[in-house]
Amino acid sequence: MIEANGLTKRYGDRLAVDDLSFSVRPGQVTGFLGPNGAGKSTTMRLILGLDRPTSGSVTVGGRPFHAAAYPMREVGALLDAKAIHGGRSAYNHLLCLAQTNNLPKSRVKAVLELVGLNEVAKKRSKGFSLGMGQRLGIAAALLGDPEVLMFDEPVNGLDPEGILWIRNLMKALAAEGRTVFVSSHLMSEMENTADHLVVIGRGRLVADCSVQEFIDGNSELSIRVKSPQAEKLGALLAEKGGVVVPDGDEAIRVTKLPMTAVGDLAFDNGIRVHELSPIQASLEEAFMELTKDSVEYHAGVPGQGAAPMAAGAAADAVGATGKAEA
Amino acid sequence: MTAQTINRGPGSLLPALPEAHGRAGLGGTLASEWTKIRSVRSTMWSLLFTVLIVVGLGALLNWANSTHEVASGVQLATHEDLVQRTLGAIILGQLVMVVFGAMAVTTEYSTGMIRTSLSAQPRRMDVFWAKLIVVAAVSLVVGEVVSFASFLVSANFWHGRGVDLTLGSPGALQAVAGGGLYLAGTALLSFGFGALLRHTAGAIVTGVFLVFVVDILENAMPQSWQDHVDKWLPPNAGTEVWATRHIPGVDLGSWTGFLVFMLYAVGAILLGAIRFKRSDA
Repeated sequence: MIEANGLTKRYGDRLAVDDLSFSVRPGQVTGFLGPNGAGKSTTMRLILGLDRPTSGSVTVGGRPFHAAAYPMREVGALLDAKAIHGGRSAYNHLLCLAQTNNLPKSRVKAVLELVGLNEVAKKRSKGFSLGMGQRLGIAAALLGDPEVLMFDEPVNGLDPEGILWIRNLMKALAAEGRTVFVSSHLMSEMENTADHLVVIGRGRLVADCSVQEFIDGNSELSIRVKSPQAEKLGALLAEKGGVVVPDGDEAIRVTKLPMTAVGDLAFDNGIRVHELSPIQASLEEAFMELTKDSVEYHAGVPGQGAAPMAAGAAADAVGATGKAEA
Repeated sequence: MTAQTINRGPGSLLPALPEAHGRAGLGGTLASEWTKIRSVRSTMWSLLFTVLIVVGLGALLNWANSTHEVASGVQLATHEDLVQRTLGAIILGQLVMVVFGAMAVTTEYSTGMIRTSLSAQPRRMDVFWAKLIVVAAVSLVVGEVVSFASFLVSANFWHGRGVDLTLGSPGALQAVAGGGLYLAGTALLSFGFGALLRHTAGAIVTGVFLVFVVDILENAMPQSWQDHVDKWLPPNAGTEVWATRHIPGVDLGSWTGFLVFMLYAVGAILLGAIRFKRSDA
């Protein structure tokens, strides 16, 4: 269980984390989402006490992390797989960590076995691939058999096999009743892994809810209509209050009208319809929608304006849901 | 409390750990820091260079000096501090100790390892003192070994000039043991700056400046200033502990000199400790 209360961190005049309150519960995978630069890593550093909060507090298992009798039994974290001395062998790296918490040497062998690195245990980690480095970081996190696990962007740069392995591992750890807190800037990853979401943008809490609530609350059903007379149908739908945007060749995307109304209108006007399908926005779209105002660095895409929807209102709605649940 | 809430099925990922008692503290971090220092190559290289420079270069210089010295054995024994001459390469060997002391802490920051270390043991002062104790112990053992080896090897060249130079010579044992103490002191001074600056090059430059360059700069000052400043500078104060001849009033003497030298080191360590504890890692 991780509980943040009014957590704030300021670096110079940049507010990296702004009055963040949330809790991460055991027995499920909690996705920690936000665009790059939203403050996810900073929040994790604050949880571990690597950085000192400007104000507010955060506890793990009811007390500050540094007060844990055996910190590695409390929290296992993988913040940055490259944060190791490359000149040290995998075995010695894990051994020096295990020793700080009086963990038996046999434990080092057990975690190396689990992550599949026992073959290269005596090799210097400098020569490890990204995936091997990530596995070594996970081995370190598991050393203390911790109650809470934190992973910062664990699948970044991994191949599909590695991604699947980490995803299954996180689910298995949560199934054992542990608290699993994993950050990502990719919604698609969380869609398949997380049960619960904490979403932040520019250091502020945007949403704290289940994955399904997040999708329901942030994505509007839209209808794709394909017709040789798409333009005519579009004009009619607009008259009835629909919001219509072109969607490729001879097709339009309609929102604000129920599907039956769209079908009936076409029939009444004798317009041929070749496709009439509901489009449920993916988590990815919901996320983009929700965080577009809080992206740190915008990249301009030629020929594309901002999406014609109001994100602020949706964000507030979900934020409220989350708060009520918490 | 950990074991009770985790619910291990038959296909559990990892076996449960034995029940823990007490609290992770200095004992564990000492073992950890020892593992860290012995498991990287830079440690071995630093120590090997210390041996080569202090013993090897020292022998070469003493051989050259003893064969080209025109004074007689008796003159040398009465007017020169030959014990200090046998240890003379410490002046160069200390530069390697500066590198060793600084890197023991700065590599944690340059590699990012510090974040992993402090996530395993967030009680930072346990990590800091353990690191300091390991650096002190390793540099003291190596310092004493090279100091005694250098004396025993180089004394042979002076025997050839008819000077009886042994550990039993007046003040010799204290000076030779002092050579090791001085080398450990330079490593600790540099360790303090490493923790303060968190930057390898910065810490090494500062360390080299304080044990080496400051004396050269001071030589460019007016003589009347030098008389007052000279003896208080780190290298001059520290060197007293591995000398057998002192000029009362001009030098601080062995132990006062060493104490002054160690005060510089303690100052650097305290500043380093404050930064280590307080600043974001």
